[in-house]
Amino acid sequence: MAHDSHPTAAPIARRAQALKDALDRKKLIPDGFIEDFTKLMEVDWDPANGARVVARAWVDPAYRELLLRDGTAACEQFGYTGPQGEYIVALENTPTLQNVIVCTLCSCTAWPVLGLPPDWYKSFEYRSRVVREARTVLREMGLDLPESVAIKVWDTTAETRFMVLPFRPAATEGWSEEKLASIVTKDVLIGVARPIVPT
Amino acid sequence: MDGIHDLGGTNGFGTVPHRINSLTYKPVFHEPWEHLAYGLLFLGADRLRTFNVDELRHAIERMEPRQYLAAPYYDRIVVGTASLYVEKGVLTQAELEELAGGAFPLARPQTEGRAAGSPRPHFEVGDEVVVTREFVRGHTRMPKYVRGKRGTIVHRTSVEWPFPDAAGHGREARRQPTYHVSFDARDLWGETAEVSAVVVDLWEGYLEKADE
Ligand SMILES: [Fe+2]
Repeated sequence: MAHDSHPTAAPIARRAQALKDALDRKKLIPDGFIEDFTKLMEVDWDPANGARVVARAWVDPAYRELLLRDGTAACEQFGYTGPQGEYIVALENTPTLQNVIVCTLCSCTAWPVLGLPPDWYKSFEYRSRVVREARTVLREMGLDLPESVAIKVWDTTAETRFMVLPFRPAATEGWSEEKLASIVTKDVLIGVARPIVPT
Repeated sequence: MDGIHDLGGTNGFGTVPHRINSLTYKPVFHEPWEHLAYGLLFLGADRLRTFNVDELRHAIERMEPRQYLAAPYYDRIVVGTASLYVEKGVLTQAELEELAGGAFPLARPQTEGRAAGSPRPHFEVGDEVVVTREFVRGHTRMPKYVRGKRGTIVHRTSVEWPFPDAAGHGREARRQPTYHVSFDARDLWGETAEVSAVVVDLWEGYLEKADE
């Protein structure tokens, strides 16, 4: 059988196109379906969405309470719903606790609030190591946490989609929500980075 | 399935290829074909309802291990998706290979899977549980690094989802809540563990109440 003899596969660009063409020939792809879905992936699902959620939670205690109690409802208030965003749980960091998200089995991520998972998040290096040696992995990636900060790793093995709620850095008093959101990156929402206030 | 995809805790991989906050993450896709992977997956899973996402995950797990390791991420999505369209009778491997102008290796054959166990009382936050010591040949969402381990429930989902060990095989799948179960990292990785706790999201059927 083909898969036992490891034939050299056709280049992936040609295989992907072949799959599309085969479905097209059978008229199975509705007009605009691929284009619309691609727009969701490239434009609508963006870490700026999660950043707006975090900034709101930093300035509005009632919203923060809702986000921690029912992340799905809190994200819905901004319209951030859809596939891979049906059950969102926010994980609250403190100065002595860093939450970190992974999917060791594949690539699960809260698409509507974080955007599609980045390549490094899907890498075998991250998936294999972060549940076991997170402190070293984070240090290698550029986040050197003191021993006084506990690290809790969340493995996205079922249908819950996580987002990290970082703690608001000092020296951001009086900032607008928009400015606060600007320091919340995709890496911050995954938990491998902390918001940095430009000096 | 104790497959190549179940990577949590595996030793030997090197540095994660990323420095924090070094990327804008735009453009989202790097190759002109990459958007087709999820697009054609969601066509099958969401629009045509030819298969479900658990079956897709399992199709990728069924890739020959060397093929899995060598293929970039979106290549694996394409292979898993194509395998399901073929297995469900929508397409044939021959037509895919004709259109691709070369070999189009698919996942290894689907197996039977298993049904969910009978319903039982839910666990509560704070309960101590043990992950069942089951060695499942088909699809499962219990990573092997927690098999047989004891943990504490920190959250029960308010929604229930189809039991993946059945759904991943296209079988009727009873719904269950999942639980965020917190494990002391030392129980998983020994006394020198670098992490305080690992929290894993587990279907009810993977858990038993721990002895006092
Ligand atoms: Fe995943």
